[in-house]
Amino acid sequence: MTPSIRTSVVARLNPVAKLSVALIVSCALLLSIDWVSAGVALLLEAVLLVWCGLSARQFWLRTAPVWIAAPMASITTILYGEDSGAVLWQFGFISVTEGSAQLGLAIGLRVLAIGLPGIVLLATTDPTDLADGLAQVLRLPARFVLGGLAGLRLVGMFIDDWHSLGLARRARGVGDGGGLRGAARRFFGPAFSLLVISVRRGSKLATAMEARGFGSNEPRTWARPSHVRAADAALVAIGFAIAGIAIGVAVWAETWSFILA
Amino acid sequence: MPPPSSTSSARGPQIRPVQIEARGWGWRHAGRHHHAVSGLDLRIEPGERVLLLGASGAGKSTLVHALAGVLGDAEDGDETGRLLIDGGRAAAARGRVGLVLQDPDSQVVLARVGDDVAFGCENLAVPRAEIWPRVRRALAEVGLNLPLDHPTSNLSGGQKQRLALAGVLAMQPGLLLLDEPTANLDPVGIIEVRDAVVRSLDHSGATFVVIEHRVEVWQDVVDRVIVLDPAGGVLADGPTRQILASQGDRLAQAGVWVPARPPRFPVRHAISNSQSLLRADGLAVGRVPFGRRVASVVAEGITLSVDAGTATVVTGPNGAGKSTLALTLAGLLKPAGGTLRASDSLADGIVAEPHRWRSRQLLTRIGTVFQDPEHQFLAATVRGDLTIGPHALGLSPAEQTSRVDELMHRLRLDHLADANPFTLSGGEKRRMSVATVLATRPRLLVLDEPTFGQDSRTWQELVSLLAELLDEGTAIVAVTHDAQFVSALADEEYRLGAPMSLGVAQP
Repeated sequence: MTPSIRTSVVARLNPVAKLSVALIVSCALLLSIDWVSAGVALLLEAVLLVWCGLSARQFWLRTAPVWIAAPMASITTILYGEDSGAVLWQFGFISVTEGSAQLGLAIGLRVLAIGLPGIVLLATTDPTDLADGLAQVLRLPARFVLGGLAGLRLVGMFIDDWHSLGLARRARGVGDGGGLRGAARRFFGPAFSLLVISVRRGSKLATAMEARGFGSNEPRTWARPSHVRAADAALVAIGFAIAGIAIGVAVWAETWSFILA
Repeated sequence: MPPPSSTSSARGPQIRPVQIEARGWGWRHAGRHHHAVSGLDLRIEPGERVLLLGASGAGKSTLVHALAGVLGDAEDGDETGRLLIDGGRAAAARGRVGLVLQDPDSQVVLARVGDDVAFGCENLAVPRAEIWPRVRRALAEVGLNLPLDHPTSNLSGGQKQRLALAGVLAMQPGLLLLDEPTANLDPVGIIEVRDAVVRSLDHSGATFVVIEHRVEVWQDVVDRVIVLDPAGGVLADGPTRQILASQGDRLAQAGVWVPARPPRFPVRHAISNSQSLLRADGLAVGRVPFGRRVASVVAEGITLSVDAGTATVVTGPNGAGKSTLALTLAGLLKPAGGTLRASDSLADGIVAEPHRWRSRQLLTRIGTVFQDPEHQFLAATVRGDLTIGPHALGLSPAEQTSRVDELMHRLRLDHLADANPFTLSGGEKRRMSVATVLATRPRLLVLDEPTFGQDSRTWQELVSLLAELLDEGTAIVAVTHDAQFVSALADEEYRLGAPMSLGVAQP
């Protein structure tokens, strides 16, 4: 389930720093809906993504959903968004105005500017390193962080189980037919079996973890240190810089519209 | 004599073996009427190696879980008497006891080999500088010569069990507990795990208790056998050889695999001029990976014929594609190449390629028993589940009932008619999964590891049932690692070669 992660500048950074950057940029961009702030942020991010350590193929494959979602969101807003300013094109109740076109552009750029760094930073982060960071740097409870991490490993097994359940239904004569009701039954039936099987697996895993001393309130040590280094601080500073420049340019260009105002 | 020290030399840690004592100990799981264990009195001296036997339901696992401190507290059950480790309460002996469980898949905690082994040490607050040397030593001891960052998801069952063992050994426990550690492994995996255990015990001198149905694996490793009585307390206790001789018959009846008392093979009646039901020509098999469209081939060039009244077994190492071949022959997966055609007799008026049949058309033609019985359970009761097939065939209600009743009787499931299939024991689940398939009387039966992890009693019942079906003219294809199953039933053996790909990406 976990992607193979190449060693790169970004992959060596502390996951907590990466998470912070993604959050800082997202929060800044969610404060306004205008195309200038999103455009500037996207431009600055694009320069940084060069060092992300993903191959071109990996990059396009991973970020494909965002590249599809952004134009979709954009077009929908252009066609159906709130109208203002001069009417550029009209067909029935669809109308494209200067206002809706600008809004559409702003939304499309926003999806890219928030989505791309988020996905790229996640794709270059090992879940184990993230858990180490959350527990050691942010001091989140070990029980919660490690429980989640161990649970993540079960996801791959769910996929195999789901596949086997489908084959078993076919073997038992209820794998097709029955129209819509049959299709619904074919989804919910195995979903219930999967739930039962997963709960069972989860409790076995919990016992195995408990047998290795997990889950008591005694202090524990960490085999892998998670440090915040100068490079991580620099990354967070870059995050603030991107957010600041994006907001600054938008205010200067007088396109900034604070959503809470 | 130097004092026992917690720091370790290059040779390995000095471990103080644990002493176990039970005084009238018992445990009743919350919500159950009967005690899982009751009135248990025993004493195991430091460094002893014990094989724990007993019929299923005798409370072996409960005892071992209690010793490992994972049975829970007053909320999870009622405790009577005392269970002591080195004179103190077992539940409080955290870190002195290591436990390896049966299922290889649900014991891997972390994604990388080194991290997984380090997990227990971290929980015991071992200083970081000491953890990694312990991890390396534990991995060497169990013979897992893999890089520390090797992904745990790529390991075989035997490797996963050795990984779990390494994780426990790194904690340097004075008591090593194994709860059926090899039940889900192929013969190679069983030997790997057994040898790793022996090596580590020779180093550490820890006290050792193992539960295992297959006595043969451990009889030369342990020096004492304790047999638990399902009615409470200890049934027999003494040197291995002596107990196996005096209790052998009783144990064999209870489903324990006693080497001197192998299960009987059924008598087969030869079938004259058996006709071919299914033919594979240059067949390639594979699965479509999640999110892909093209199957990745795991075995190819398979040519074989499946005939009525004959048993074909598919054998070969792990990863050779045995299960994938079985599922393809069963018409559940599309062939990745070559041809697979049913004879006119089997197809009976529909197209010849089984994977193109409708789900309902498979019922009377090919039945599949999955490796994990839970995957094929559909209804909330045993009776309801068994009725699904006959119902899908459109049989009359009277016919449905009579078929289901007959099957439940034949497979000793009568008393469980209203039970939920998920709550049955391992042997009951296996019988149940076979019954669901037999309810529609398919002419070809495909079984994936039908005897995996089964006790000798279920094994014998299953093998005799299959022999009867063969005599009646049913064809059987079975994927198996079980040499005894092969000797008891196989007419043809198809051996798949080494895995085509080891799953290791080339840089």
